[in-house]
Amino acid sequence: MPNKLIDLINISKSYGTQTVLDELNLYIRENEFLTLLGPSGCGKTTTLRIIGGFESPDCGQVIFDGQDITKLPPNKRQLNTVFQKYALFTHMTIAENIAFGLKIKKKSKKYIEDKIKYALKLVNLDGFENRMADSLSGGQQQRIAIARAIVNEPKVLLLDEPLGALDLKLRQDMQYELIRLKNELGITFIYVTHDQEEALTMSDTIVVMNQGYIQQIGTPEDIYNEPENAFVADFIGESNILSGIMIQDKLVNILGVPFPCVDTGFGTNKPVDVVIRPEDIDLVKPEEGTIQGVVTHLIFKGVHYEMEVLAHNHEWLVHSTDMFPVGTKVGIHVDPFDIQIMNKPLSEDEEAVNVEE
Amino acid sequence: MKNKKWLATPYLIWSVAFIIIPLLMIVYYGLTDKEGHFTLSNLAKITTPENLKALGLALLLAFISTVICLILAYPLAMILSQKNVNQSSFIVLIFILPMWMNFLLRTLAWQTLLEKNGVINNILQFLYLPTLDIINTPYAIILGMVYNFLPFMVLPIYNVLIKIDQNVINAARDLGANNMQTFLKITLPLSVPGILSGITMVFVPALTTFVVSDLLGGGKILLIGNVIEQTFKQGNNWNVGSGLSLVLMIFIILSMVFMSKTEKEEGEGDIL
Repeated sequence: MPNKLIDLINISKSYGTQTVLDELNLYIRENEFLTLLGPSGCGKTTTLRIIGGFESPDCGQVIFDGQDITKLPPNKRQLNTVFQKYALFTHMTIAENIAFGLKIKKKSKKYIEDKIKYALKLVNLDGFENRMADSLSGGQQQRIAIARAIVNEPKVLLLDEPLGALDLKLRQDMQYELIRLKNELGITFIYVTHDQEEALTMSDTIVVMNQGYIQQIGTPEDIYNEPENAFVADFIGESNILSGIMIQDKLVNILGVPFPCVDTGFGTNKPVDVVIRPEDIDLVKPEEGTIQGVVTHLIFKGVHYEMEVLAHNHEWLVHSTDMFPVGTKVGIHVDPFDIQIMNKPLSEDEEAVNVEE
Repeated sequence: MKNKKWLATPYLIWSVAFIIIPLLMIVYYGLTDKEGHFTLSNLAKITTPENLKALGLALLLAFISTVICLILAYPLAMILSQKNVNQSSFIVLIFILPMWMNFLLRTLAWQTLLEKNGVINNILQFLYLPTLDIINTPYAIILGMVYNFLPFMVLPIYNVLIKIDQNVINAARDLGANNMQTFLKITLPLSVPGILSGITMVFVPALTTFVVSDLLGGGKILLIGNVIEQTFKQGNNWNVGSGLSLVLMIFIILSMVFMSKTEKEEGEGDIL
């Protein structure tokens, strides 16, 4: 395992009476693509701005490469930021924008020229040296913002929702570009987004945040398949979240019906949250299902059909490539390993199921 | 579209009657003699020693006032732009408040304040401090100009500064620039359009004023504005007055051209 490069220790931050971060602890390893993911107002951008030096925490420490940089101004930190709305210098040409950091560091003219060429090639914008910043499209401006940051050879690149202002197609292209860049440069990326698909596509590690607390840290697979609580399950992808009672190990009561599952260690007769992903539900003949219901909605989504099945007074969301017309009586079957059992939230702080998406 | 154009008619009538026709009259009077024959001698009147001196002094005082306004206004505009809306609108209010009073009244008030036995000197005497003896000197005129025209410098600079995205400043800091470098390379260049329109809005009225110099100069110090006023009113010579006005207009147009050229080189929008 590579070393910890950045270590955030007990970071708290509030604006007036509103607490944005509450005793946050997080470390980022060298050469990691780490994404801070959460709804707006969850504290992800504040965390990034504290790492970048644009905000100072009320208490806690920021350790960078073994040194306390909590009080260091942004210009003394060995990291660079790509801002949400690019923040290019509109009174300068592209070349001057990219050269800005290098000129401050008093690099030689030759070195700067080579770097500009190299950076423009890296972001696929060769020959744009003499264009003005505001004559470029949004996607191009974003690439220049990235080029401007990486010529300084930072150890860490901070990206604050850099693709937020771009349209869907461009956003997807840029996701692959960013992964390629990250691999070519071999540096650490800390990425902030509210887009779960973006996070799943690009990250090595995802940190799911809500209301100033870290909800879960893990690989994209962990986060998607093994959400630790209802908030994470609901925020990452679509899911059926049900209240259940753990009868005993490997058996959970959902809506009055016992379902075999693979989870153990929750005790007996304990109330739990149950997550079942819509694509993990198999619709079968009524007599073959664990429980029976009726299809109430059917929408064609391209890759799959989205259906709602009313069974035991609960609307089950189902994704399937097989189509069952509205009114069909179906059985619902879920494989035991597709049932994810989670503890009910202990305190109100963790209670955060009401997400907009 | 056509209907909307029609709405401009009242203003059109206004501008023809009170701007275009008077301007044409000035050009006519300026280029003719008393008998109505074409002549350039009215324009040439500017070369008399007294008139040259008045023009030179007007240019000098307007220049000094503009520089002082800029030095006072820029830091103030910067501080204002960094405050939140409530605080800054209060300070702006304090600033604008005197502007709601009539220009003449304000200047007259300065006359009373600065007089030999005026309010300021009474206070200074009471405190056993040396008295201020600047009434009827160019210094008093500069003071009056700066006082009257300062808001016209603050507002355009403030307007430009608040529009600068805070993340652009952050980006410069992020790329290694310290506060001074960020100011010189980012904030200052981005605020040039505001500075230029502020300079125009201070320099032009300062160059042409005759009220400030009349009231605070005690009628002894003649600026080109005073010369023109006297030619019209006391000399009753519309031809020479118009001729001198035309020369002054040429100076103003030249300075505007110079400004917009600087503006274009900066690659930014239009002057106002």
